[in-house]
Amino acid sequence: MPILKNSEDLISLRASAQEKRQKDRASEATIFIGMGTCGIAAGASEVADAIRKELDERNLDTKVVNVGCIGICVKEPLVDIKLPGKARVTYHHVKPKMIPKIIEDHLLNGKVVKRWALAQISDENDTPVEGVITYQEHPFYSKQIRIALRNCGIIDPESIEEYIAADGYLALNKVLSETDSEDVIEEMKDSGLRGRGGAGFLTGLKWEFCMRARGYPKYVICNADEGDPGAFMDRSILEGDPHAVIEGMIIASYAIGAPEGYIYCRAEYPLAIKRLKKAIAQAHEYGLLGDNILGSDFSFDLKVKEGAGAFVCGEETALIASIEGKRGEPRPRPPYPAVSGLWGKPTNVNNVKSFAITPQIMLKGADWFSSIGTSGSTGTAVFALTGNIENTGLIEVPMGITLREIIYDVGEGIPNKKNFKAVQTGGPLGGCLPTASLDTPVDFDSLTKAGATMGSGGMIVVDQDTCMVELARYFLTFASAESCGKCVPCRIGGQRLLEILTRITEGHGKMEDLDEIEYISKYMREDSLCALGQLTPGPVMASLRFFRDEYEAHIKEHFCPAGVCQGMFTYTIDEDNCIGCGLCMKACPQNAISGEKKQPHTIDQNLCIQCGACYQACKTNVIDITRLQETTSAQAA
Amino acid sequence: MHATSIDLTLLDPILEEFKEQKGAVIPILQRAQDVYGYLPKEVLSTISKKTKVPISRLYGVVTFYSQFNLERQGRHIVRVCDGTACHVRGAPQLIEDIGNALNLKPGSSDPDYKYTLEIVYCLGSCGLAPVVVVDDVVYGKVKSEDIIEKLNELD
Repeated sequence: MPILKNSEDLISLRASAQEKRQKDRASEATIFIGMGTCGIAAGASEVADAIRKELDERNLDTKVVNVGCIGICVKEPLVDIKLPGKARVTYHHVKPKMIPKIIEDHLLNGKVVKRWALAQISDENDTPVEGVITYQEHPFYSKQIRIALRNCGIIDPESIEEYIAADGYLALNKVLSETDSEDVIEEMKDSGLRGRGGAGFLTGLKWEFCMRARGYPKYVICNADEGDPGAFMDRSILEGDPHAVIEGMIIASYAIGAPEGYIYCRAEYPLAIKRLKKAIAQAHEYGLLGDNILGSDFSFDLKVKEGAGAFVCGEETALIASIEGKRGEPRPRPPYPAVSGLWGKPTNVNNVKSFAITPQIMLKGADWFSSIGTSGSTGTAVFALTGNIENTGLIEVPMGITLREIIYDVGEGIPNKKNFKAVQTGGPLGGCLPTASLDTPVDFDSLTKAGATMGSGGMIVVDQDTCMVELARYFLTFASAESCGKCVPCRIGGQRLLEILTRITEGHGKMEDLDEIEYISKYMREDSLCALGQLTPGPVMASLRFFRDEYEAHIKEHFCPAGVCQGMFTYTIDEDNCIGCGLCMKACPQNAISGEKKQPHTIDQNLCIQCGACYQACKTNVIDITRLQETTSAQAA
Repeated sequence: MHATSIDLTLLDPILEEFKEQKGAVIPILQRAQDVYGYLPKEVLSTISKKTKVPISRLYGVVTFYSQFNLERQGRHIVRVCDGTACHVRGAPQLIEDIGNALNLKPGSSDPDYKYTLEIVYCLGSCGLAPVVVVDDVVYGKVKSEDIIEKLNELD
């Protein structure tokens, strides 16, 4: 028998779980460790070992909880200490050698180590800690509204009871006991939620199409094949709050009338898969999945399918083919999956974030959700903010916020005193926007109008040292390698574009090449079978539009203004401003740089191979680039 | 493991587990690769016979997805991420340095099958770019000399 037989059981479990949580918080200390993939990569496992060792040595049995990622990846590893009745304080950049002091001072003597503290979280019963800012006061968090990410980094993702204590499965309970399928769909439509996978189609309407389609059984699929390089929103949600996605899927399947669902997750996310499988098993045990959920006559079963490494499987028809055990090749639409999807049956595919948001809409209502954001794009947008930016991490901001606010307020600007050059949204199929577009509001329609796309949430900031031509070439390398090869415009067009871009970055481009890029792009956009081919020219078209001067510099002057493309220029050190730190000397593979410590350094041009390593290494920005042509003509003169 | 020494009975429990499931080709291949490290011809033909999926179709699936290998892999798999965030934070140099240190081209293994070097696109740890994964251990903010030293320490 399941643990929860009906609605009342859930309500009483929630009450007792909340009471337990409250009591634990008031009576015992807890240590939280950020153990998302990012935290582990930054060294959280070593920190966890050090904590366990320290606790053992001191004969302490303090509770240690592993949580997901709270978003501010740049500060990882993160460790939180929560004393009974006191606010939870987060320490950043924690190293094993810091543990004894944190445990001695904070855990045992209640004295917060303020110089290592990042911020504090407290709820109404906790006494705040003086001298440490709250998360809301931290620039990274002050403009964020967390709906999809609300539990990430806060609760233990492997505990269903913690999720229930945080109002988990309450929306499902409300849906099952108070509404029918039409009500759910109306509410979703009223909320204005647009698909967070990138296309931005109205989620409620998509559900309605599938609900009205003929055929049985129907399927609900969660697209967790997050293949965009530079994007990790879905991974963080699956690792940090898997039950929210599962709850959203159950609500969707209730609305649509689907007895079965799949989560298609890329195999590169082993931790997400592990946590999902565990969460599904728990949901079964508690009677939230399986037959007669919470005593209703509704039944739903959920399975995880692992992808096998193909970017195109993020396209819904390709994803469906892959679940069927075939090559993940897209097929023409219509018929849309809502009519004929998995095994030819009506199928609804949504992104992880759309499902994670769903329970909150059902719980707090469509009006609440649509009051956030803009009228055309309601709610929040989740972005993975990465690249040349101070605060890399995962953010959730209201739609309508400007790019400038995201980059300079939330992201706190560009590191190493460099200048902002562009921001790429929508990943390898999106587009870049220059400084002039920084005041563009971030929503589906404004970004498209400005020349980029919303995409699924990758946001990569690049500084003055990134060559836009080379970046476009990089995206093309990725997109053309991932082309499935089924349709000609994508398969051949991508290759031709890549050849042209490679030629330009090597200094052999012609001005006609720019027309050729536009010509090929036009036909790829119009004639490719799926979004992969249609959007492959996006990055190159956007960078050609906003950074045409860089393309022309490569072609006409054989010069790379960013100093990235090799063999086009010479490097010299500005001896008046060089501080003699020696970083360039260390970076130089040719030993071409010499100079005494704290004295200006020089580059021996006879040894220099123009690799640019010194330029990238310089923190004081004193290495100048000169065009090779100018240098040669100056020498000739 | 030489081709003749492949123990095909290891496939039996996998085939049994997925016997009744529709469209289970990909999980079967994934599990088989977990067992053998790659997908030799004998393994594919056994799967084909037992599942009655033509070997041509299996081959189509195997060559479509980047996860599957038709060739034997090194004992240590070195995956260097060249996703966008890593790319703008120095992955190309890292790939070149590691390739030079191990004397390997991306996508190949050394003659002793100690290392296989692969380029991957995005492991979702972009906040820590550039990232290298060695045998499922993720290293963030990697510097060439540090990771090369770690690789040289492996046995």
